[in-house]
Amino acid sequence: MAEHTLKAFDTDLQELNSKVAEMGGLAEREIADAIQALTRRDTELAKRVVASDPNIDALQQEIEEKAILTIARRQPMAVDLREVVGALRVANDLERIGDLAKNIGKRVGALEGDFHPQKLIRGVEHMASLVLGQVKHVLDAYAARDLKAALAVWKGDEEIDAICTSLFRELLTYMMEDPRNITFCIHLMFCAKNIERMGDHATNIAETVHYMVEGHPIPDQRPKGDTTAFAKTTAT
Amino acid sequence: MNIAERSVIMDSMTQAPITDFEIDGPVRARVENLSFFYGEKQALINVSFPIHDRKVTALIGPSGCGKSTLLRAINRMHDLYPGNRYQGQVILFPEEINIVGPEVDPMLIRLKIGMVFQKPNPFPKSIYDNVAAGLWVRGIRKKSLVDDRVTQALKQAALWDEVKDRLRTSAYGLSGGQQQRLCIARALAPAPEMLLLDEPTSALDPIATARIEELIMELAPTVTIVIVTHNMQQAARISNYTAFMHLGQMVEFDQTAAIFTSPKERRTQDYITGRFG
Repeated sequence: MAEHTLKAFDTDLQELNSKVAEMGGLAEREIADAIQALTRRDTELAKRVVASDPNIDALQQEIEEKAILTIARRQPMAVDLREVVGALRVANDLERIGDLAKNIGKRVGALEGDFHPQKLIRGVEHMASLVLGQVKHVLDAYAARDLKAALAVWKGDEEIDAICTSLFRELLTYMMEDPRNITFCIHLMFCAKNIERMGDHATNIAETVHYMVEGHPIPDQRPKGDTTAFAKTTAT
Repeated sequence: MNIAERSVIMDSMTQAPITDFEIDGPVRARVENLSFFYGEKQALINVSFPIHDRKVTALIGPSGCGKSTLLRAINRMHDLYPGNRYQGQVILFPEEINIVGPEVDPMLIRLKIGMVFQKPNPFPKSIYDNVAAGLWVRGIRKKSLVDDRVTQALKQAALWDEVKDRLRTSAYGLSGGQQQRLCIARALAPAPEMLLLDEPTSALDPIATARIEELIMELAPTVTIVIVTHNMQQAARISNYTAFMHLGQMVEFDQTAAIFTSPKERRTQDYITGRFG
């Protein structure tokens, strides 16, 4: 696209872009560290995850301020306006992803005891690596304004939701087997839900990319695979 | 009268319509394949778009794109100079007459379609005489009727409170913004079907500009308005429909919200985002 006649406008938009990219990098790192802390029960790493979350929050503040200033100064129209609004929405989603990773980090300390359900932990790890992949891909799609890549992420959320549902059922089984497992399983359940929510935020970012490129939201219904809300205790 | 109106985006090479889409709503006038020549020079090339009834239509575009030329064609201002030539039609509803047709008397058009210019240009007369002028020209002389219409027009133009005690004083005693509102009152007094505004606030300060914009929005439900403006934010603020012109052609016409959030044409987007030239 041609440059703005007023170069400072281009500079403003580039700054927004690079801040969002920086925030994305921090969020990816937080997710990876939080999962590692969870699966290895590494409380030191977990503490570092919790301590690094304010950095993401600070970046979101900066992006908001920059976006508002850009709107006031430049009165952006059309694609520029969608860019600024897009940056605001993505920053919001990334901040929530950071919070969800921090919450996982907080729970690591509560996972004590001899209960080591390898299968469950593998399940959580698998879901987490899928979500990390989604977040990476969607941030690449955002940087390149790549509509196709964004839509691929958008469709990929269904698989993650399905894994979360099956993890939920497994956790129920463990809890019914032995009440001593309940505390651990509840914490793990929250962690799994947090990871699934991260996937949803990645999908939000994909929808924002679509809006930025096309100028209107995705017309279809978002694919939903999370049926945990409907699971009953008598279900097999 | 509810005419579902089609609007077109023109292919720049062949001047053939390449896309069209429905814009609903009654139409007060329709510009159809209008071309205009200043002597040998073609200033408007095959322009087509609807002017919706009692809505504000804005014409935007870079300098020299033909927006003022188009506006002046609508009330036959170009007839005042020799060597000018129209091709195509501008159909006025419900009369269904071709405004630019040679058989139509331009005076008749100017009685139905009023115009306000960029620089306020009140007559060198009193405030009252300025507003009454349009009525007298139409042969409306009865004092009580003229008084009523002058009062009404000045109230519509949001000027009445400021001038009601000095109607017989010279119009030149008013400030720039007031003079412009006086010109608007003058155009409104004969109850025109359509009002053409050619960059009406370019010469005014921000407060006067805001008042005139507010006035336009108040008038819009009663009068069809076409406004030329080089201020895009103004077009975005007050118009229902926007037409983007470039080099004498209509590049894109759409509802204002669409033009300013996601225009279809690359040239339109470049212009409104400040990437032109």
